[in-house]
Amino acid sequence: MSQPRNPRLVDRRTFLRQSLAGSLTLGFSLHGSHLLARATTDLDLDFQDEGAWSPDLFLSLASDGQLTIVSHRSEMGTGIGTALPMVLADEMEADWERVQIVQGDADRRYGSQNTDGSRSIRNFYHRMREAGALARTMLVTAAAERWQVAADSCHAEKHEVVHKPTGKRLAYGELAAVAATQAPPEADSLQLKPASARRYVGKDIPIRDMDAILHGRAQFGLDIRLPDMLVAVIARPPVLGGKPLEWQESAALKVSGVKQVVAMPTPSAPFMYQALGGIAVLAKDTWSAMRGREALACTWEDGEHAVFDSEKQQEELRANVAKPGRKVRRKGDAESLLKEDGEHLQANYEAPHLAHAPMETPCATARMTEDGVEVWMPTQAPQSAQQAIAGALNLTPQQVTVHVTLLGGGFGRKSKPDYGVEAALLAQETGKPVQVLWTREDDIRHGYYHAASAMSFAASLGEDGLPTAWRQRSAFTPIGFTFNPAARDGSDGELGLGFTDMPFDVPNLSVENGPSTPHVRIGWLRSVCNVFHAFGVSSFADELAAANEADPQEYLLRLIGEGRHLGIDELGAGYGNYGSPLDQYPVDTGRLADVLREVGKRGDWSRRRQELQGSSNPWRGLGIAAHRSFLGYVANIVEVEISSSGALKIPRVDVVADCGLLIHPDRVRAQMEGAVVFGTSLARSGAISAQEGRIVEGNFDTYRIARNMETPAQIHVHLVPSEAPPSGVGETGVPPFAPALCNAIFAATGKRIRRLPLQGQDLKPA
Amino acid sequence: MLRLRINGEDRELPEADPQTPLLWILRDHLAMTGTRYGCGKGLCGACTIHLDGNPIRACLTPAAAAEGKELTTIEGLGGAVASALRQAWTEQRVPQCGFCQGGQLMSAEHHLRTNPQATEQAQHGAMSGNLCRCGTYTRIDAAMKQAQTALNQEENS
Ligand code: FES
Ligand code: FES
Repeated sequence: MSQPRNPRLVDRRTFLRQSLAGSLTLGFSLHGSHLLARATTDLDLDFQDEGAWSPDLFLSLASDGQLTIVSHRSEMGTGIGTALPMVLADEMEADWERVQIVQGDADRRYGSQNTDGSRSIRNFYHRMREAGALARTMLVTAAAERWQVAADSCHAEKHEVVHKPTGKRLAYGELAAVAATQAPPEADSLQLKPASARRYVGKDIPIRDMDAILHGRAQFGLDIRLPDMLVAVIARPPVLGGKPLEWQESAALKVSGVKQVVAMPTPSAPFMYQALGGIAVLAKDTWSAMRGREALACTWEDGEHAVFDSEKQQEELRANVAKPGRKVRRKGDAESLLKEDGEHLQANYEAPHLAHAPMETPCATARMTEDGVEVWMPTQAPQSAQQAIAGALNLTPQQVTVHVTLLGGGFGRKSKPDYGVEAALLAQETGKPVQVLWTREDDIRHGYYHAASAMSFAASLGEDGLPTAWRQRSAFTPIGFTFNPAARDGSDGELGLGFTDMPFDVPNLSVENGPSTPHVRIGWLRSVCNVFHAFGVSSFADELAAANEADPQEYLLRLIGEGRHLGIDELGAGYGNYGSPLDQYPVDTGRLADVLREVGKRGDWSRRRQELQGSSNPWRGLGIAAHRSFLGYVANIVEVEISSSGALKIPRVDVVADCGLLIHPDRVRAQMEGAVVFGTSLARSGAISAQEGRIVEGNFDTYRIARNMETPAQIHVHLVPSEAPPSGVGETGVPPFAPALCNAIFAATGKRIRRLPLQGQDLKPA
Repeated sequence: MLRLRINGEDRELPEADPQTPLLWILRDHLAMTGTRYGCGKGLCGACTIHLDGNPIRACLTPAAAAEGKELTTIEGLGGAVASALRQAWTEQRVPQCGFCQGGQLMSAEHHLRTNPQATEQAQHGAMSGNLCRCGTYTRIDAAMKQAQTALNQEENS
């Protein structure tokens, strides 16, 4: 078979031009009787039920056979803009060569467009199949009618309907108009294709944007160019909630190219997605705007969060896990046992705030229109953007058009549309099209930070070396603070990210949460609380293995015990399971054990571990960890090498991932590789810190992300073949990496790492 | 008046301040947006372009420094090495979000063109100034090796 080409991403205008050229569009609805055949004027077919998910929005078949599929989720590098259209095309028996993809604007009729939580595939796989099956079924019916034969003597095959007995064929395009007169079948009458008939699902189709990326034509947020557009950079309060006191407007205006200086509205808590305030400098180009901002020499009134000091915050976190916390899961009586038998092992772990630092900084472009505002932005959450912008400009969401560009990385930062609000406010204020650019320093200093955390663990051990009691406490700055300034405790949702669902089979267990006081906007960052929870849980398990002088892999498997499903009786009613039902996506410790065994095989654990044992100068060792997150199961073996100067190298990482059904295996693999690199960055050097309320780090010199030589030289990914429902993949790979790395450092040097990042810690053996 | 030669074309920029970094000349004055802003401080390589065939950081280089010289951006990057690289990048499926990849290709093209026999270690060194937050480094290694092999075979046949 020849290599399938990558489908074109057409912009909306091109698509509308094509559609308006008289081709007939077939529209569908699974809900009610809407059947639409008409010369298309827009993909947004009239639909009364505002909140309903309407597959007719997702596809359009023209009379020349051109199939247009809407990608309603944001493309930030996961390949989702290719993968979901593949699912639809596959189920429809469409010819991928005839597919073009349009990126959907913000529109509630698509259902959720929030491209975070690793849920695009798991929430839309089935819905895309339904849309495809519906179209296929109607086309087959149309052909049967045309031929006056029974529909079940016909079948669809690669953009055609075939009448088996006679071998007659009709192309999809020729059938579009007839199909549009059919009554749509009921959703539950649709026959989905069997796995054996899959055409694209499971294949590594080239991604949509490949050629554009390789030739510099891909359109990211900052690439929007509008006539008379001004570029704005904003001097934002260095402390959250601060206000500008004095600024040199005239000095800024003297900088050539600067056109206007605008004071932004000052936000108040809860900060949510509000613009952060400050003073905007608008100029005819970016360079002038940047120099204008320097000339402002703005001074600030800092407000209450000027007390923010990272050292003090870590002390508070530590103190709050040193005492009993709110119980979120309990089994037996861990507390009494720990008192009676003694805490045989006790350890604390901590990790700082992190910034997302996507390669493309936040940016947005806005212009006022006759009836509202039009905004272009690289956003993971177009509907949140629409709402936040409507709120800030006093418009209805319908008056706000949000176009989604490609995202130069997101990692959760671009789920928060504050930068779109800034651009829209400035467009409204100036009446001109405005592009807001965040410099890297803006990005690092004004983020929605990943929580700072501390955890404490205690266990008493039985004769067999396994814990008879296990207590774990975690405290972290809650995301809730961004939406409610009084929030101090972790939510059930956050605790359910790798802490409440701790997988080990211990007879007495206590899982507790302590409070913390945030001073910055807290946001979700790739893998969220799983990052530190996995670090704590999998490091402590390794400490127990070491205390028993056991093989860490064998010990982990003993800790997990018999494969079982953790039920809601154990996990508590608050356990969210990533928004998916537990019967479909159980917390299955058997699958966790399986990826641990498999990574042992693939990574040649026993042999290599023995080989490296006792090595010195360089000190080498292997570490292992496994974690369930976003409904998938991932195990890592990490090899480290520590030189006499304490420099760390990571020669090899083995990853085994069980993510259920794989829609686009290569992109899943790429996510796993990327997760290892993301994990490397946060483990080596990820730390956002504050003094006097101000973020200390500013650019890639102080907030370091891993360069090629710092990342693992080899990353071997094995994906477990599975027909289980697809899990998330974008975040699932990150959590086990940091603990596996730190466990490897322990194996190599005997030094136990209990604090992230590694930067600044002496890794040489004592 | 600022005069630049970019991708083989002469461009006149009567309104531009010659001290403006090339990055913003390209992006804001010429709407050539393939060259990207990642840090503005020479730390990430997203803005890498060629000045007389050698890689420079467009975010740090004033436009005046390029007068009378030949500039190449990702949009205009061509030739045997570039096409071998694009081929390898496609086959290894290197890009994730793609934002850094123009800069990666600019660095890779210069390196392979000037060091056709370079070791993997040297390639790593040459590429170490280009950050990729998505983590495509191991694929970049593989793609460079593939392109290098392809070019050397072409040479020998
Ligand atoms: S933008 Fe020039 S090196 Fe980062
Ligand atoms: S591919 Fe996204 S930053 Fe490199």
